[in-house]
Amino acid sequence: MSGDLMSGLIATVLQVVLVIAGAPLLVGLMRQVRARMEGRAGAGVPQPWRDLRKLLRKEPTEPRDTGWPFRLAPLVLAGTALVVAAVVPLVSTASPLDSAADLFAVTALLALGSVALALGGLDTGTAFGGMGASREVTVLALVEPTILVSVFALSVRAGSTNLGAIVNVTEADPMRVLSPASLLAAVALAVVTIAETGRIPVDNPSTHLELTMIHEAMVLEYSGPDLALIEWASAARLTVLLGLLGSLFLPWGVATAGTGALAVLIGVAAFAVKTAALGVLLAVGEVFMAKLRLFRIPELLAGSFLLALLAVAASFFLAGGA
Amino acid sequence: MNVPGTLLTVALGLCLATALLAPAVPARIRPALSGLGTAAAGAVGAAAGGAAMAGHAWSAWLPDLLPLAGVRLALDPLGGLFVAVTGGVAVCAGVYGIGYARHGLSGRVVQATLPLFVASMLLVPAAASVSTLLVAWELMAITSLLLVLAEHGRRTAVGGAGLWYAVMTHLGLIAILAGLAGLAAGAHGEAFDQLRAAHLPPLARDAVFLATFAGFASKAGVVPLHAWLPRAHPEAPSHVSALMSAAMVNMGVYGIARVGLDLLRGSSEGGAPAWWWLLVLAAGGVSAMYGILQAAVSADLKRLLGYSTTENMGLVLMGLGAAGFFATRGAPRLAALALVAALLHVVNHAAFKTLLFQAAGSVLYATGTRDLDVLGGLRARMPYTTALFAIGALAASALPPGNGFVSEWLLLQSLVHAIPASGVAGAVALPLAVGVVALSAGLAVATFVKAFGVGFLARPRSPEADRAVESPPSMLGGMGLAALCCAALALGPTVIVPGLARAVGTLLPGAAPATGPVSGPVSGPAMETVTLHLSGIAGTMSPLLIAAAVVAAIILLAGAVRMLAARGRRVARLWDCGVGPMSARMQYTATSFAEPLQRVFDDVLRPETDVDVTPKQESAYLVERIRFHALVPDRIERRLYGPVLAAVDAVGRRARALANGSVHRYLAYGFWTLTGLLILLAVIP
Repeated sequence: MSGDLMSGLIATVLQVVLVIAGAPLLVGLMRQVRARMEGRAGAGVPQPWRDLRKLLRKEPTEPRDTGWPFRLAPLVLAGTALVVAAVVPLVSTASPLDSAADLFAVTALLALGSVALALGGLDTGTAFGGMGASREVTVLALVEPTILVSVFALSVRAGSTNLGAIVNVTEADPMRVLSPASLLAAVALAVVTIAETGRIPVDNPSTHLELTMIHEAMVLEYSGPDLALIEWASAARLTVLLGLLGSLFLPWGVATAGTGALAVLIGVAAFAVKTAALGVLLAVGEVFMAKLRLFRIPELLAGSFLLALLAVAASFFLAGGA
Repeated sequence: MNVPGTLLTVALGLCLATALLAPAVPARIRPALSGLGTAAAGAVGAAAGGAAMAGHAWSAWLPDLLPLAGVRLALDPLGGLFVAVTGGVAVCAGVYGIGYARHGLSGRVVQATLPLFVASMLLVPAAASVSTLLVAWELMAITSLLLVLAEHGRRTAVGGAGLWYAVMTHLGLIAILAGLAGLAAGAHGEAFDQLRAAHLPPLARDAVFLATFAGFASKAGVVPLHAWLPRAHPEAPSHVSALMSAAMVNMGVYGIARVGLDLLRGSSEGGAPAWWWLLVLAAGGVSAMYGILQAAVSADLKRLLGYSTTENMGLVLMGLGAAGFFATRGAPRLAALALVAALLHVVNHAAFKTLLFQAAGSVLYATGTRDLDVLGGLRARMPYTTALFAIGALAASALPPGNGFVSEWLLLQSLVHAIPASGVAGAVALPLAVGVVALSAGLAVATFVKAFGVGFLARPRSPEADRAVESPPSMLGGMGLAALCCAALALGPTVIVPGLARAVGTLLPGAAPATGPVSGPVSGPAMETVTLHLSGIAGTMSPLLIAAAVVAAIILLAGAVRMLAARGRRVARLWDCGVGPMSARMQYTATSFAEPLQRVFDDVLRPETDVDVTPKQESAYLVERIRFHALVPDRIERRLYGPVLAAVDAVGRRARALANGSVHRYLAYGFWTLTGLLILLAVIP
């Protein structure tokens, strides 16, 4: 048992290190793909890391009249991203922390990070900060039902909401991925992943146009190391959510309990490949799409909620038929 | 008399003594006496409830205290839970009230009524006969009404709120009275033991359930019987708001659980009808959604908290409804889990709502306003209150590591795992219920980000907010106690779960102690006591580990940044687009913060906005003044209560013709009434 625990621990540490180091590279890869497809040369895959290094060296500034919520926000955002990276089964399902948090808890932890950032934005007392915070929590409130109902659909087949259990069940019976419930849940979760990470068509991460921005409006007052933390945390959240989509719906390669070092290595490689592929897919999609008007976003999210409800219905009637 | 009985008697005695002494002592020390007496009674009451939850049952019959039936009291684990919650809230409110009463609330009536109000709320869950319950219930209604009206001289809105509350609470009382009287008539006795053994025909049983459900639901502020709640709770003094919102509304939940799951047990042998509990589930779902939507767009801090109470009671009723529904479907383990979730949410809600109402009271005390649109900047001026409100807001928005998250997690688990056991009705209702819980959790996040971010952070939006100073120590103490309860419940919910499981055992006897979330060994010794395990369901979560992991990650990151990054912070100007310093009025307000949500839920809320542009005389293109007026009406109230009130009004106006001021006519009315009555009595054998 202790050997099991050990390998699980090693896999978890590897997974966290991988997310820490790989998240900026994923963002760099996505930007590079976009640049090439738009006919630009692009800055290269490691550019986000160079940006982070530059930001870390800058002198931190603190806007007048801001306090602890402003200063704490980047740390909470990055801290929750780190915890989520340790809990979700990206490389291995045998994480010793798996029993501490299930998919509900992971969702809530990510929301906690967003809330901290929204409060940081409000604390500045600028119109931009308030606007970004208001829009962020609106999207957050509408995303929540979809996530939880999709979780419902997925947990029906596993009998548990713990992520490790869901991935294990899927890995044992890969054809379940093609069931209508799973496919509908996959689409619903993909839409909310896009919304949560602020990608096109919900938000444009590279815009600074005041009428459209959500995330960037909140972080406008941050600079230097604080901004570096926020940029890194955004990348890490994207990585973790894409990795989670990969693990839930393409679970091949994820190491399970009781397997050796080789399985963990395969898990690492599979995670890197799956996440990169999903990232590239997302980037390609973004090239062909425009950002939605802010008040069209609820329609998109309502659509995804409907898909999630259908997924539950499908899983029930399939379970009833079997 | 055993432990819980002695303690409860002492608590009631303390309340009575305080109420008698308070009017006699000078006004200077009256709040301190009343507050300390209430707090002491609350502490003893909480201990009594705790002892009952630990399994020491108690019952007593005092035949001489009330004519005809006497007073019957009993404490079982379920009643003990509600007594304990009331006691806990009373401790915080009593301590807080010492400082808060300096605000012109040291009058005799208010200070003597406060301990009586607490006593009545300790009595309701301890009542063991219909007459005792109704007397305690009415005492609770009257004392709380007196307290709601405490500030009637200062604001005109208080009188209206008191009227709404008085009418609705008494309509509720009539419904409960009718229901329980019907049950007692069928049982040929009014003690709860006799009611349990009664066998009512199905139709009478349904009528009893519906009548008591309506009465108790109106006390819990469940939509559409909530209309009094967002009026009365904000207008009461803040420690009374805390008592009402955190302790009194629970009595509605207690009543529904006691009657539906316990007293009607004998009548519903072979299973209560499933539609009862689907009705409870639906009422809970509608309340949760509607309450939090109204809270999300409200700019009045205490009104927002009042609507949030409606939301949380809705969540509790969803758990209760799900529990009853699962019990009818023969899934006792799931039923026990849902009931534990509901009861834990009652406890959690009491802790954080006490804290939030008291913090809102401190803001009101310091600034004189509850309007979020003119607050702000309190972080620097009231640092402790701000931090305490943040703790409460975290809990209320159901995010980890807050305590609200734990009970919502349990509720979701019970709903998610029920599909195979619950048939087609469940397959339709439960996913929707999960969606409702999730959406209300999401909107609660938005609501409390708004309340905290706009109300406390950034810069003050008015001179009143600018002049705010920190509250006196007793008020901070009351809030601190509530915050400690929140933290304890957030990190160690496994401690009180055995007591809750015993309370569940009194309601669902088939499902007793082996069910509900129990803590058991997992992989390491450290995990044993801190992880919530669900028996029969593969679901685990550890609030303590999550909190520890988040704190550790934050410390790690802070250390890393400190090592890697440049030191020292330079204070800089805000980005103002180069036009010079921005004024405080350029900040987002609560109204503007909620505008996107208001727009999304346009069809439900139907906000009314009115823009009035006055141009200058010289030219239509030069604007002299723009007035903007926005109002989000309570639509259910308007649609449902408006016609009824209008009809009553019309009848009243018609009836005015009967009274034209002529004494002869009035004498004739009296004469004919008397004659008619005599004839009636003569005719009826």
